[in-house]
This record gives sequence, structure tokens and C-alpha cells, in this order.
Amino acid sequence: MKRRLVATPGAWLVWGAVGFFFVMLAGVIGSVLVSSFGRRWFDTWLPESWTDQWYGQAWTEFTLPAVLVVTIEVSMLVVLISVLVGVPASYVLARRKFPGRRLLYLLFLLPILMPPITYGIPLATVLYKYGFAGNMSGVVLANLVPSIPFVILTMTPFIEQVDPAIERAARMCGARTWQVFARILAPLLVPGILAASILVLVRTVGMFELTFLTAGPDSQTLVVALYYTMSAAGIRAQQSVDAMAVIYTSMMLVLLVVALRFVNPTQLVARVKEDVD
Amino acid sequence: MTEKTALRHRLAERGVDRQLLLLLPALLAVLILFVYPFAYGMGLSFQGGLGAYRTFFEDAYQRDTIWTTLQLALPAAFLNVAASVPIAYRMRGRFRGKRLLTTLLVVPITLGTVLTAEGLLNFLGPTGWFNRVLLDAGLVDAPLRLTNNYWGVFFSLVITGFPFAFLLILSYLSGIDPTLERAAATLGAGWWPRFHRITLPLLAPGLATTFCLTFVLAFSVFPSAILVGDPAGTTRVISIAAYHAAYEAYDYSLASAIAVVMGVVELAVVAAVLGVRSLFYTGSTGGKG
Repeated sequence: MKRRLVATPGAWLVWGAVGFFFVMLAGVIGSVLVSSFGRRWFDTWLPESWTDQWYGQAWTEFTLPAVLVVTIEVSMLVVLISVLVGVPASYVLARRKFPGRRLLYLLFLLPILMPPITYGIPLATVLYKYGFAGNMSGVVLANLVPSIPFVILTMTPFIEQVDPAIERAARMCGARTWQVFARILAPLLVPGILAASILVLVRTVGMFELTFLTAGPDSQTLVVALYYTMSAAGIRAQQSVDAMAVIYTSMMLVLLVVALRFVNPTQLVARVKEDVD
Repeated sequence: MTEKTALRHRLAERGVDRQLLLLLPALLAVLILFVYPFAYGMGLSFQGGLGAYRTFFEDAYQRDTIWTTLQLALPAAFLNVAASVPIAYRMRGRFRGKRLLTTLLVVPITLGTVLTAEGLLNFLGPTGWFNRVLLDAGLVDAPLRLTNNYWGVFFSLVITGFPFAFLLILSYLSGIDPTLERAAATLGAGWWPRFHRITLPLLAPGLATTFCLTFVLAFSVFPSAILVGDPAGTTRVISIAAYHAAYEAYDYSLASAIAVVMGVVELAVVAAVLGVRSLFYTGSTGGKG
């Protein structure tokens, strides 16, 4: 098919909308970026003078290194546990038919469908009752609630497309279940597991509500710490908050760029049939 | 012994055997960390009979949070989905720069609530660039008030929700076999019949799912309603009400009741959307090829 050079009005409208969205987005990101490098910025187009003091301040005063360590520890633990727990479950869901399978699937779907606040508040209450909340174990446990189902929902279709004949062949050769897992399935599932882990990582780093409800003063992840600095207005210069937000976003951006090397965002739900013309 | 073996065989015939134990860790995690707390919260909410629910529904300040939340979440979800369809429809094929464009669209997911909030306050605020451009172009006489009210929260929902909706719809659209539409074109169908007789019905399940997921995302809006909204008035959404009850009034019974109401309202909307969707075409969508 030859493309016409002159676009139709519909095309103009669509590309205009996309352009408008990106202009707004650039404005939002740009104004934070500019503000984080500005000394003072009030009623002008650009700040009067530039500085990088806010970044240094964020690093030292805000105890950014400690917060980063907590964030990394929490998200690594969540990824590890949810993969270890979720992958075997998705294997059974992908391969086996048994009574109650649909019900189970629905049960695993629910934590993703419910707003985090609805189960976060009772969960935090329960965790406080048993002494888990207010420290890192509570934050990890709370973040597992949406993460395990998320791993299951992304891994089940992935396992379904691995040819079961390979496993049967291994069994014919005398492999036991765990051997099939370790020697046959695990290597085949590595790309899927990587994709799921990176998505869980991104979700956990960005998860506000559950961490906010269960974290204590020394178990806050970056989002929650940022929220506290921003809502405690007046204590800290706005530029300082901007600088921290920029640090957070750059970190997430690195994560996502890495993620996109493994996952094509358009292939999350269906295998894409690329057009061949 | 033989009876035991017989039972095991009968169970195995129906698909129940030891391999199902692999499900156990995940099942336990969901039961302990999701179902039990939920039931516990339910119990708390009914502690004084229906007292907590009565408190919630009799107090207009509390009751109206449902409406406030729906007023934000439904239009935002609708706009995100409605804007995604034509854009994704145009981009479903292969073209130069598609990868770059999808990557750019993922950027808003990395922003996080605080940067979005700060950015909206800076950019759309009374002395921000947006109002400056409008003022200098002579389009408005006084700066528009776009932050610390309904619109601030609405924009933050669009910024975070649109890329998500777009990527989902793009993947659903790419899953539809393009040969179907080509066949229709060969038979002389124009652009509009091709879209609404072939693509749209096949896309319907994806649309419903995307709408539900975007709605869930928007419905649970919490930090941005506080940071860019007007958390005491026009954007006092239901999660703020639940949070206040739990951590400022320490009324766990009321907080759990609000959480339950929130869940019920959300599931009702999801069920309504899926119900409406089931009135249309059901069956294979040709995806997962």
C-alpha cells in the first residue's frame, strides 16, 4: 500500500491530539526540571539564576542514600518472593484442568482489581496487630498482595505457549517434577520471568498507597518519603522537592528503559501479528 | 490401603493430584494477606451493627465522597479510552519511530505522583508557562485556575491513565488479524464500515477491560487528590475519607466500612461495564494468534 503524502483531516486531528499531549507532558516535566535547577523562580518565564545546590541538599539532608537502600531492598525482596511463589502457581493454572480453577483465577484477579486503599487499610490494621507493620517486613508483605497475582497473570499465558511435548519428553526420560522445573522449564521461562520481575519492580517502586499505610519512619520507600516532604509544605524549599522528584523519575526511567529491552509494551496482552506489507 | 489408592485415582481422574500443591504458597499468600484482612475489615465494619455504615451514609460530607470520586474517575477513564482508540487505530500498523513513540508514552508511568503533582502545580499554576502563553496570546484576561481544584486532579489522572489505556488498546488492536479488514476492503467496504462492523466488535472485550482497569486506577486516586486537588472540598475523594477515618479519627470501624463501600461501588461499576459489554459480540476475537 502506498502512503498518501497529504494527510486526511482525521489524521491531523489524531496527530494533533498526540502532539498536544506531548506538549503538556513536556511542560509538566520541563517546569519541574527547570525549577529544580533554579535559585528562585517566581513571576518570570525562567528562574533568575541557576544552581545545583538542591541536588546536593537532597542527597545529604534528605538522607537519600538510606531511602534508596530501603527502596531497593523492599523491591528486590518483593520481586524475589512473588516470582518464587507466583511461577509455580501459574504453571499449574496454565497446564492443568481441575475443579475450581476458574474460581481460583478470579481470586488471584481480585487483588489487582480492588483499589489498594480498600484492602490496604484492613491489611495495615492486621499487620499492626501482629507487629509486622512499621518496619520493612510489613512493607514487603503488603506489596506482595498485588505482586503475586500480577506475576501469575503475566506468567500463565507465557507458560501456556511453551510446548507441553517438551515436558512430556523429559518425563519419558525419567525426570521428576522438580527436575522438569529446574532443567527444562526454568531456562525456557527466563524471558517471561525477567519481564514479570521488571514489571513487578516498577510497580513496587511506584506503589504509594500500600507502602504509605504500612511503612514506619525508617522503612519508607522513595515515593512515600517524597510525598511526606511535599505535603509537609514550608519546611523545605519547593525546588528541593522538585530535585528529589527528578531523581525519582530518572531512577524509574532507567528501570523502564531496561524493562523495554525485555518487554514490548504492545505485546503484554496479545502476541502481535506484525503487518507484513 | 486399596480404598486410599482408589480415592487417589478417582481424584486424579478429575485432575486433582499432588502437583496442585504447587498452588499452595500463592493461595496461602492471597488468603492470609488479602482474604483474611478483608474479612477482618468486614467484621470491624459491622462491629456496631450497621452503625458505621449509618454514620457514613447519613453524613453528607462523607456520603458525597462517592459521587466526588465517580465524577472524577468516570470522565477521566472515559476520556482516556475514547482518545486512545482513534490514536491506536491509526498506529496499529508498522511505521518508522513506533518503538520510540511507545517508549515516549511510557514516560508518564515513571513520573510518579509527586513529580506529576509538582509539575502540574508549576506548569498550570497561575504564573506557570501554560497560563503565560494564554495570557500573552490574548486568549484569556486573567490566569485560568487549573490547580488545587477538580481540574488539577483530572489532568493528573489523564497524564497517568492515558498512556496506560493507550498501550493496552494498541496491543488489543494489534492482536486483531489484519487480514479480516483487508478482506472487507477487497469486498468494497469503506473506512467507516470496516471500523465499526469489523474492528470495533472485535475490540469490544479489550475496550471493556481497558475501561475497567483505567477506571480502577482513577477510582483509587489518593495522593494526587491531596497534592494537586482541593482535599477538603471538591476533590475529597473516598480514599481520603477512608484514610482520615483510620489515621486521623482512629475510627477503624468507620474506616473499614468506607473501604467496603468503596470496593462495592467499584465492583458495581466494573460489573455494569462488563454487563453492557456482554450485550454485544461475544466469541473469539482472533487475538492470541
